[in-house]
Amino acid sequence: MVAPGAPHQLTVDDLRARGGRRRIEITMRILFLGAATLSVVITALIVLAIVGEAWNFISQVDLPALWAGGWFPRRDMYDIPTIVSGTLVVAGIGMLVAVPLGLGAAIYLAEYAERRTRAILKPILEILAAVPSIVLGYFALQWISPNIMQNACLAGSSVFNMGAAGIAVGVLVTPLIASIAEDAMYAVPRSLREASYGLGARKRTTSMRIVFPAAISGIVAALIIGFSRAIGETMIVAIAAGGTGGSQFSLNPCGQGQTMTAAMTALATGSDQVRGADLAYPSLFFVGLLLFAFTLVLNVISERFVRRVRLKY
Amino acid sequence: MANLAATAEVSAEAVRARLSGRRTDVGGRVFEGLLLLALLTSLAVLLTLLIDVVSRGIGVYAERGVIDVLTSPLSDEPENAGIGQGLFGSIALMLIVAATAFPIGIGAAIYLEEYARDTWFTRFVTANIRNLAGVPSIVYGLLGLAVFVVALQGITGPDARGRSILSGGLTLAILVLPIVIITTSEALRAVPTGIREAAYGVGATRWQTVRSHVIPYAAPGILTGTILSMARAFGETAPLIMVGGAVSFLSTSDRGFVETLQGKYTTVPTSIYQWVQEPRREFIELSAAGIMALLVTILLVNGLAIILRNRYARKW
Repeated sequence: MVAPGAPHQLTVDDLRARGGRRRIEITMRILFLGAATLSVVITALIVLAIVGEAWNFISQVDLPALWAGGWFPRRDMYDIPTIVSGTLVVAGIGMLVAVPLGLGAAIYLAEYAERRTRAILKPILEILAAVPSIVLGYFALQWISPNIMQNACLAGSSVFNMGAAGIAVGVLVTPLIASIAEDAMYAVPRSLREASYGLGARKRTTSMRIVFPAAISGIVAALIIGFSRAIGETMIVAIAAGGTGGSQFSLNPCGQGQTMTAAMTALATGSDQVRGADLAYPSLFFVGLLLFAFTLVLNVISERFVRRVRLKY
Repeated sequence: MANLAATAEVSAEAVRARLSGRRTDVGGRVFEGLLLLALLTSLAVLLTLLIDVVSRGIGVYAERGVIDVLTSPLSDEPENAGIGQGLFGSIALMLIVAATAFPIGIGAAIYLEEYARDTWFTRFVTANIRNLAGVPSIVYGLLGLAVFVVALQGITGPDARGRSILSGGLTLAILVLPIVIITTSEALRAVPTGIREAAYGVGATRWQTVRSHVIPYAAPGILTGTILSMARAFGETAPLIMVGGAVSFLSTSDRGFVETLQGKYTTVPTSIYQWVQEPRREFIELSAAGIMALLVTILLVNGLAIILRNRYARKW
């Protein structure tokens, strides 16, 4: 800019950024903004795609078919109570298994375990959390069903049953509940525990009467997230709960049953049949919308609870 | 008077007895035992699962050799079937996920953490991403079915009727996108503000600060998050069933790059899903063998992520 030999004079131009620098700056900002916006677009797409087809289904189906006769989509029988109750039975059994195991493990890790024990046990729990659901589906059908359900059901159980699926769902959800609840309890300030010990309280009293209530928001959130995960779990139920061709209304954990998620995979695995039958394809989206609404409500509630725990300290 | 003194003597004795000596807190011990039992039960389940899978699957590897099981294609005969095509499909899907979800996810996280001000839009996007992470994976399968398989069939594979590697990969990419954004955001947030201020102090622009200061320090965290999301995608089955990844037979002939992307496919988990539904014992053993391969891969990847995290973990 300055001719060689001329007396060096600093001008504003010397300090101004090179043109390319500013252009890069704007380009990068737009790229990043685009990436963030894309996530919103995806949500919108999910909702639009699902709602559109679900509306197709609702506007074409005979409404009485939604409320009686069992879930047999190939025969145009779409009994919603059948799949909703099946989902609740499986998720309920799962929570019966996961709540005591998960919370017990969480309290032990947060309050009782020595630092070294914790350093070993926590990664193992993380490994359990990383086991894919298809593996637990295999485990439910090949191990839990013959070894546990066969003995637990006095009247005998069918090979495919909701109980085995429920127990496996519980195993899947346990590490999730344990890790969120443990985080919540670990975050309770030390001073609260020390105050409790100072008053002469025992360890158990301190854990259950001081730390547990102080972390209750996070613990409730853990339970809700666990339940939401249990409702949306697919592969375990698709493999182990039976009811592939359709199912009668049933609450019996020793027998076959149909959940919302399993109903969806069953509709989809009939290779191209999903697109063959008139209403089978849109019914898939109706069930999906139901599932999406269920889990969304649960997630929003848990979000509220988490926010409460953050405000506290 | 004497009577009163005697009483005082007795009660002092009683108080001393109460305060001295060790007494075990029986209730507390039982409680601790129950807690430990809960934890050990979870671990026992994991152990039982591993023993059951290995005891059934190991015979397949012993009989046919590891290479044969890992390279054989799908087949009606269990003694000839293997996870070769599944491995190919799974790896192809992972490459698509890495090529699409990672740049978009990391970019979105950088925008939200480094660029965005606290506006309603930012809050909306953040809440939205958090909710997306909680949506069941099968719902992503529905999205893939409606968008990639049906609506975009012309692009994703007219011959495979949309049930192609491309559809499956993009569906998985959308599935892991929120996880990538959340873990990257956490890694970026862990970089102290002082680092950024130092960069601004010497006249760096925002992008220069992000590129040369924030990203290098956050890289181990970002890497761990992306690796873990990859492991999650590798084991995912339900959405792939929705978008046609579950086939019982697959012909592979010499195909070009685009034909492969638009062609039918299978993956390791969907192959296992096919076999576990077969009544024949040989297929159940084969599914156990497939699960062994799946678990080894996922545990290796998770182990790698943990090692990276510990090795590059930085205390500020």
